[in-house]
Amino acid sequence: MSLLSVRGIHKTFGKNQVIRGIDLDIEPGTVTVIIGPSGCGKTTLLRSLNGLESPEKGVVSIDSVQVNYAEKPTAADVSLLRSKTGFVFQAHHLFPHRTVLQNVTEGLIYGPSLKRPASEANALGQSLLDQVGLGDKAKAYPSDLSGGQQQRVGIARALALQPKLLLFDEPTSALDPEIVGDVLQLMRKLAREGWTMAVVTHEIQFAKQVANNVVFVDQGVIVEQGTPQEVLANPRHPRTREFLRRVLDPLADDAEYAEEVAS
Amino acid sequence: MDRWQLALDSLWPLVRAALIGTIPLTLISFILGLIVAVLIALAKLSKIRALRLFGSFYVSLIRGTPLLVQIFIIFYVFPFIGIRMDAWTCGIIALTVNVGGYAAETIRGAILAVPKGQWEASATINLDYVTTLRRIILPQAFKIAVPPLSNTFISLVKDSSLVSTIGVLELLRQAQVIATPTYDFLTLYIEAALIYWAICIVLSFAQKRLENYFDNKATV
Ligand SMILES: Nc1ncnc2c1ncn2[C@@H]1O[C@H](COP(=O)(O)OP(=O)(O)OP(=O)(O)O)[C@@H](O)[C@H]1O
Ligand SMILES: [Mg+2]
Repeated sequence: MSLLSVRGIHKTFGKNQVIRGIDLDIEPGTVTVIIGPSGCGKTTLLRSLNGLESPEKGVVSIDSVQVNYAEKPTAADVSLLRSKTGFVFQAHHLFPHRTVLQNVTEGLIYGPSLKRPASEANALGQSLLDQVGLGDKAKAYPSDLSGGQQQRVGIARALALQPKLLLFDEPTSALDPEIVGDVLQLMRKLAREGWTMAVVTHEIQFAKQVANNVVFVDQGVIVEQGTPQEVLANPRHPRTREFLRRVLDPLADDAEYAEEVAS
Repeated sequence: MDRWQLALDSLWPLVRAALIGTIPLTLISFILGLIVAVLIALAKLSKIRALRLFGSFYVSLIRGTPLLVQIFIIFYVFPFIGIRMDAWTCGIIALTVNVGGYAAETIRGAILAVPKGQWEASATINLDYVTTLRRIILPQAFKIAVPPLSNTFISLVKDSSLVSTIGVLELLRQAQVIATPTYDFLTLYIEAALIYWAICIVLSFAQKRLENYFDNKATV
């Protein structure tokens, strides 16, 4: 049985139909990479999976929890859904007034559903920081860290609640190119350890290596999905091909430049 | 009697009135006022329309009427509804209610200035509304609000002199009490003014230290 099952998600902002009927399944222990052009609704889709966004329609089930957005879920329902997911933001959104360790343990100690004694939470938090390679930064504040380190703390914070499904929204897009690798390597390690992940990213290389399933979204619908071999190497749909061409060679269709070179 | 002698003799009684009157009055009503302000700010930010209306009504009423009138109303309303309340308590209630109205706008602005991502990150780790406010949002909002709130506090030191009108024994009232038999109001009022001034100079200095402290601590 799927770990995540999404049926019939629709989301509108004003008159802008952003998600227009999306179904998606994610099997336990797999990595799903979601790609698509800017503004196609990737972030909105991901945020709908844990109630950060409330679609008008659609059913999201994770593990044993089911939320039907058409029936105005209560805060308690959404909270249950959130307890099954961890979320990593593009802009990390760490808590600036808390230390790195406190950022990781905050949800363990103060999340009402699973209040842990501080000593236990700190031990778990420290082991997570070790795991993301920041064991020595526990007492630092987020502003003392580099962008890549901040993002790894963001990942540790998401892991702390031991969610069933990790959601990543362009975790490396805000990073300097030379530290993107650190974060991607950590994510690959997590994938190997068996975490179930859904990742929105433009890192095609990561998708090729790590993804079990690649989903191409355009204009609020899933245009095609399959293995990296199917979607990235042999895309069937022209829109997928067009998108990949532009992502892999951003300088390709510059008519002016082509003329210059020709003359 | 000699002016200077009078000034010298009344110095300690005036300082004492500041220490047991003005300063505790200001401190207590400021702290209680902050609690009122947070509640009113949250009401104004609430999803519930009735709460928003109440918050706006409160702020508008407090900012739209003189503090002196508020003090008189509170002083006379309790006996009217049959509750005995001494002048001190009435003074604190009036100042609290007043600071609450002014600081509410400051705190509302500061809460709105905390990035939305902080609310969202709190939601993803499943903190509930109250915990999110207490642990994540308000600490950052207070940091933003420190400079304007310090100004509110310094104003309150001076505004607290208005409760002398209902007989609360604080700095200004003490000056009046000493001056009455001597008829030398000028000397006593100048002396009281200098003491208010000294308190505010010390507070401005503390305000700078506090702002530096917050600036140096981990920023966004
Ligand atoms: N809170 C909002 N209010 C109004 N419109 C929104 C909101 N959030 C997103 N949108 C709109 O919805 C559309 C899809 O946005 P979304 O952020 O999901 O796209 P995306 O695929 O993640 O794009 P990107 O690659 O640029 O991150 C865009 O047109 C965006 O302007
Ligand atoms: Mg996005």
